[in-house]
Amino acid sequence: MTTAVLGAALSSPADLIALKKRALQALESGCTRLVVCGGTGCTSNGSRQVLDALNAELAARGVPLVADLLEEHPDGAVRAGFGGCSGFCEVGPIVRVFPANFFYVRVRPQDAAAIVERTVLNGEPVEHLLFSDEATGERFATRDEIPFYREQAGVVLADCGVIEPEDIRQYIAHEGYRALASCLFGMTPEDVVREVTDAGLRGRGGGGFPTGRKWELTRRSEASKKYIICNADEGDPGAFMDRSILEGNPHAVLEGMAIAGYAVGADEGYIYCRAEYPLAVQRLRVAIRQAEEARLLGERILGSSFDFRIHIKEGAGAFVCGEETALISSIEGRRGMPSPKPPFPAQSGLFGMPTVVNNVETLANVPRIILNGAGWFRSVGVPSSPGTKVFALTGDVVNTGLIEVPMGATLKDVVFKIGGGIRNGRKFKTVQIGGPSGGCLTEEHLDLALDYDSLRSVGAMVGSGGLVVMDDSTCMVEVARFFMQFTQSESCGKCVLCREGTRRMLEILEKITSGRGTVDDVGLLEEVAIAVRDGSLCGLGKTAPNPVLSTLRYFRDEYLAHVVDGVCPAGACQAFRHYSIDPEKCKGCTLCAKKCPVGAISGELKQPHTIDPQTCVRCGVCLDVCRLGAVVA
Amino acid sequence: MTQAVAVREPAQDAAGRRFERIQQLVEEYGASRSALIPILQKAQEEYRYLPEEILTFIATALDLPPSTVFGVATFYAQFSLEPVGKYVIKVCDGTACHVRKNQALISSLRSRLGLKEGQKTTPDMRYTLEIVSCIGACALAPAVVINDRVYGQMTADKMKAVLDEIERVEAAAAGDGKEEQ
Repeated sequence: MTTAVLGAALSSPADLIALKKRALQALESGCTRLVVCGGTGCTSNGSRQVLDALNAELAARGVPLVADLLEEHPDGAVRAGFGGCSGFCEVGPIVRVFPANFFYVRVRPQDAAAIVERTVLNGEPVEHLLFSDEATGERFATRDEIPFYREQAGVVLADCGVIEPEDIRQYIAHEGYRALASCLFGMTPEDVVREVTDAGLRGRGGGGFPTGRKWELTRRSEASKKYIICNADEGDPGAFMDRSILEGNPHAVLEGMAIAGYAVGADEGYIYCRAEYPLAVQRLRVAIRQAEEARLLGERILGSSFDFRIHIKEGAGAFVCGEETALISSIEGRRGMPSPKPPFPAQSGLFGMPTVVNNVETLANVPRIILNGAGWFRSVGVPSSPGTKVFALTGDVVNTGLIEVPMGATLKDVVFKIGGGIRNGRKFKTVQIGGPSGGCLTEEHLDLALDYDSLRSVGAMVGSGGLVVMDDSTCMVEVARFFMQFTQSESCGKCVLCREGTRRMLEILEKITSGRGTVDDVGLLEEVAIAVRDGSLCGLGKTAPNPVLSTLRYFRDEYLAHVVDGVCPAGACQAFRHYSIDPEKCKGCTLCAKKCPVGAISGELKQPHTIDPQTCVRCGVCLDVCRLGAVVA
Repeated sequence: MTQAVAVREPAQDAAGRRFERIQQLVEEYGASRSALIPILQKAQEEYRYLPEEILTFIATALDLPPSTVFGVATFYAQFSLEPVGKYVIKVCDGTACHVRKNQALISSLRSRLGLKEGQKTTPDMRYTLEIVSCIGACALAPAVVINDRVYGQMTADKMKAVLDEIERVEAAAAGDGKEEQ
């Protein structure tokens, strides 16, 4: 779909509605659609080969293919294409079948024949491709029956995996650009700002600042030029919701930006996207080109007097650029270092002009709010945090992937109902939320509501929405060290306390995890953490000590065990482990010697083996592979 | 998994031709400050790293002090001021990958490639090993990227198979080269 997809530009709202009717009819009747997940996760698992195999099989069986959605096609025709991420990356590659709504998991190219034979030609599900519950063996035919999806709410992700992101007409069929048309032809900019303000939409990038207030400040700033920036510099380790939205439904973000532009009086927008997300950048380029061809972006949008252009800026790898003033510096071609506020970007932002900086997920919510109204948005979630939130659920949990739940869902529902509990039968220990700026939640917080204010009250934050579940084999001092290593290397160096403080905290944490720490170190660590929090300019420095403060608050005894008793209670810190082989139990099968990545294990066949402590890197592979339990840690 | 990894050969032209290409980039993006990062990105795509003379040339073309261009090039993790290997192996060290024990993967890679502490590129310039922050493939943790291709749910065993395959491709290519001679 690289050439013009529409044939003609849309020059009025009536044109848009006419196209919507045609596209919807084409999508929902007369053809079977096979939507293969084209997200980063599934493509790396081979979904491209699955799509090729499906198309080849369909051609071989003489099934008529729908090359172009809007062209006449015979009954029984099939459309196979790439969709966006359905969230359940763990069981990918995923293929969804419409209108039957079958949900196939772990599909391989050799499954194409069965899908065409049974599903396309006979309308039946392919049993072995349906998701099955490991515990009960129960199989689920459609997406909505699967426990992972049952507790979820679909607002932002509703169309991801349903429509093909590289075909603007499918987005239009699903009410796409209707909200923009309503704004341009039925609402004043003030009306639009009021609707977003009344909806209570808060920034999904982490800060939780009311979006409507940002827009109002920018709208009121007098200037000859204003800008909208979409912050797609999703740098939090453990978060990939923005990536999936951009890959799965890029037009929702473009439409949100255009609406923001109309509301504040901006005619130009930038999307600042991480260079690590090549697929998202590619989908955005296609989407922008199609929207321009359709006259849904560019000059005189839909025949109105409103102009809006969008450019893509690829980031170059700096976590601090997620901070809005640093991001602006980066677009201007400078080192991405934050500057003091005020002036706020709403007064003086990009190139000194009033600028709105909103996150991807925030902008993707905007068209829905305009279409369904502030009242509808407020009916989802909790009063102080309306709407839904997309979280990236990862770590030691059975079902990993992207989930969307109403704000205020409890941690227990997310981890145990959606996530299916802890992997490998281990015990739940903690959830790290909000990445390197966030904190940890423990068993006592399982009934806590996940929303901005409840999380802040326990020393954590929504952040961008990374939820990393950790089991009882995780050492919390090591977790704090991990995050500190990250923030230390990402500190831009402007503020002394952040630059030096993160380095000192890292040194102390390394000292403790390598078995050289003292009780005084724990006190010093806390002192430095508080100083960095209070003495840094931007969000990065202010929140960098959170992983330390939060683990000290809930797991202080683990710190003390390291420095007083000389043990790592979770058994995770390598310095406290020594691997050896019990000669009584070892039968000399040589498996461990074969698997040892550094060749530290030696021994004759059928004779007890030994581990050379000098060469051993304490990776634990031998412990995992030994079937006789002969390796002792 | 057996597909070969795409390799982008560096432009091997003489110094004069190099500057010509950079001049084209400057004309394409415009000689403005805000074009600096895109120009650096394109230049690196071309040469796979940023040689010093290229940085100086860009500085002159954009009328910026060389220190400013150097400052930007060293600020962002994407830019490399040293030559990199033919295969750049990026091991994701995001939270999810870390929690799913990617340390074993890293130490086995180091040992297989014979890299000492602090060393990133093998002496034969075949491999560069980078530990990178989250690449956003968390549901496939632990993840590894080799020259833009993402490998999910990696283990030391799977990694070994991927490297063996690369070695096989390289050996075959070297064999072809000899035959031609």
